[in-house]
Amino acid sequence: MPEINLLEAIRQAIDEMMAQDERIFVFGEDVGRRGGVFRVTEGLIDKYGPMRIIDSPLAESVIVGACVGAAMNDTRPIAEIQFADFIAPAFNQIVQEAARIHYRSNGDWTVPMVIRAPWGGGIHGALYHSQSIEATFAHVPGLKVVAPATPYDAKGLLKSAIEDPNPVLFLEHKKTYRLIKGQVPEHDYRVPIGPADIKRPGEDLSVFAYGLMLHYCLEAAQALAAEGVSVEVVDLRTLRPLDVATIIGSVRRTSKALIVHEDNLTGGFGGEVAALIAEHAFEQLDAPVLRIGGPDVPAMPFAKPLEDAFMPSPQKIAAAMRRLAAY
Amino acid sequence: MAKVEDTQRSALERENPDDLRHYYYQMLLLRRFEERTSEMYVKAKIGGYCHLNLGEEATIVGLMAALTPDDYIFTNYREHGYIIARGVPPGPVMAELFGKETGVSGGRGGSMHLFDAKTHFMGGYAIVGGQVPLAVGAAYALKYQGKPGVVVAQMGDGTTNIGAFYESLNLAKLWNLPVLFFIVNNGYGMGTSVEMGSSEPDLWKKGASFRIHGERIDGTDVLAVRDACRRLRARAEQEGEPAILDVVSFRFRGHSVIDADRYRDPEFVRSGREKHDPVRNFAALLHDHDIVDDDWLKAMTDRVEKEVQEAIDFANASPDPRFEDMYVNMYATPVPNIPGPEDAIREVKINRGEL
Repeated sequence: MPEINLLEAIRQAIDEMMAQDERIFVFGEDVGRRGGVFRVTEGLIDKYGPMRIIDSPLAESVIVGACVGAAMNDTRPIAEIQFADFIAPAFNQIVQEAARIHYRSNGDWTVPMVIRAPWGGGIHGALYHSQSIEATFAHVPGLKVVAPATPYDAKGLLKSAIEDPNPVLFLEHKKTYRLIKGQVPEHDYRVPIGPADIKRPGEDLSVFAYGLMLHYCLEAAQALAAEGVSVEVVDLRTLRPLDVATIIGSVRRTSKALIVHEDNLTGGFGGEVAALIAEHAFEQLDAPVLRIGGPDVPAMPFAKPLEDAFMPSPQKIAAAMRRLAAY
Repeated sequence: MAKVEDTQRSALERENPDDLRHYYYQMLLLRRFEERTSEMYVKAKIGGYCHLNLGEEATIVGLMAALTPDDYIFTNYREHGYIIARGVPPGPVMAELFGKETGVSGGRGGSMHLFDAKTHFMGGYAIVGGQVPLAVGAAYALKYQGKPGVVVAQMGDGTTNIGAFYESLNLAKLWNLPVLFFIVNNGYGMGTSVEMGSSEPDLWKKGASFRIHGERIDGTDVLAVRDACRRLRARAEQEGEPAILDVVSFRFRGHSVIDADRYRDPEFVRSGREKHDPVRNFAALLHDHDIVDDDWLKAMTDRVEKEVQEAIDFANASPDPRFEDMYVNMYATPVPNIPGPEDAIREVKINRGEL
């Protein structure tokens, strides 16, 4: 199997799906000749032309809104939000319209669309090019929220998202784009939206993460293995619908749980996972459920020392694992 | 120079009298539907927020007369009349207002969220301006697929002050999309007048910086609305030229059924209703030109009365939505890890203190 980076996996998914389904088009800022800010869509305009790889005006509300309307009218749009931080002007269209139309029309209309958004920090993007948005949108029934961490998952999940008849928010951690490489089969495959994936089985404690933090957790688990602690690392992959059974099953086996995300802690997604564990695995717990998240400051500060302090590190994660192991 | 009456007479002579009678029937149906809706609200058959089309009958019927089955319609939350004039029977519409399972949205939507797939009625939208980008996207989908038809983005005057409206105008012209921005200008965004809320109160001019053609239309004249819509619809479909229609109408009552309308001078409202009643004026016009007679008008009144009563009876006799269907249609396909019927029933029982 060839080894490619996560960005290439996403481009391949879009390309292969567009080649077989004419209903699919991509709509976003600079996705055409520029190939997108991160060059995810590079080269696609030559293959599919400007009716299918469309440079949008700088107007997120209508980028998403137009895709909702087009999706209701027999097409399969992929909206690209240039940076996840810029999704705020489209909040109304995503939450009020895309997520609710199927339910409030009692099934009359469906909204088969994907919203791709590069998220996350650690790239010196400062306050408005580093944000995590998953907790805000995972709160919304009617949406699906996906956050892959590996090229294999990214490609397989994006294909599933494009085929899904529901609106899917597809979060691509921008630091993983070129940093994370992995083997991706050449044949056509899917990774279903929903199931989590145990990326590293273990016995002593369970760690839950997604996106870049999954890799930091794997690194920390490796360090703990050398110390004789066996850590299970679960990649949530899909935040809505959440794979509750895998989370609870893992904690029931290991009796200890740590949740890691770079979004700030209060009201973060870790709170939901912790609550589910408290409700469904209370009898099996041998230690308090721990969470690691970014500090509760308005957004990621620019200066490197401050950014480093904001981002959970493998060392910080390893320290929490040790604390749990010793409990 | 021809006298006004003669011009009018010759214009009417070019019309198919059956069409004219049908417009009157539809306008009267919307009028009685909304009057009885108001009555049902007072009787607590309808709850929540409810916005009536009283006074806007010509605006609605004129628009619908110009559209074809290929076309798509997105509206705001004041849309009872639109879905009926588009061809959905009054029964399932009234049932939706009652919150019944047989309603057009299965009782999930209520007054502001009416949908009908068969007639391309893409829904009522309660978030002001929420529907406008969607309409533009649906128009792109028509162009993308090479399909005939246009998309109507119906909205109120207040919507023209929202950012999404301008983003949508820009895209519509940039891509030359078959979309009509149909502004029902009744002079008030809830209690704020157009002049107080908009630095450009001539709403038809608001497309100027987007190079979008705009027109002001008398929304109390069903034929004027129909003709303008037909002309601009054909232009949108054939030439990909979007347009703004600033359709001036008169809102007979407050913003919603529970709005006491204190911000409008009672005398202004009284004289407005007297002068701008599209249903009564159209009846007089048809009668004066011998297109209908007293017997026909009486028969029509009886027919509409009966149809609206049947709609109410249908709504009254319809079942409520079932608790166990609470989680149905959250997603278009089965999704793991979301609650099911047994959860819904359990929640209801706990709520009632039965568990």
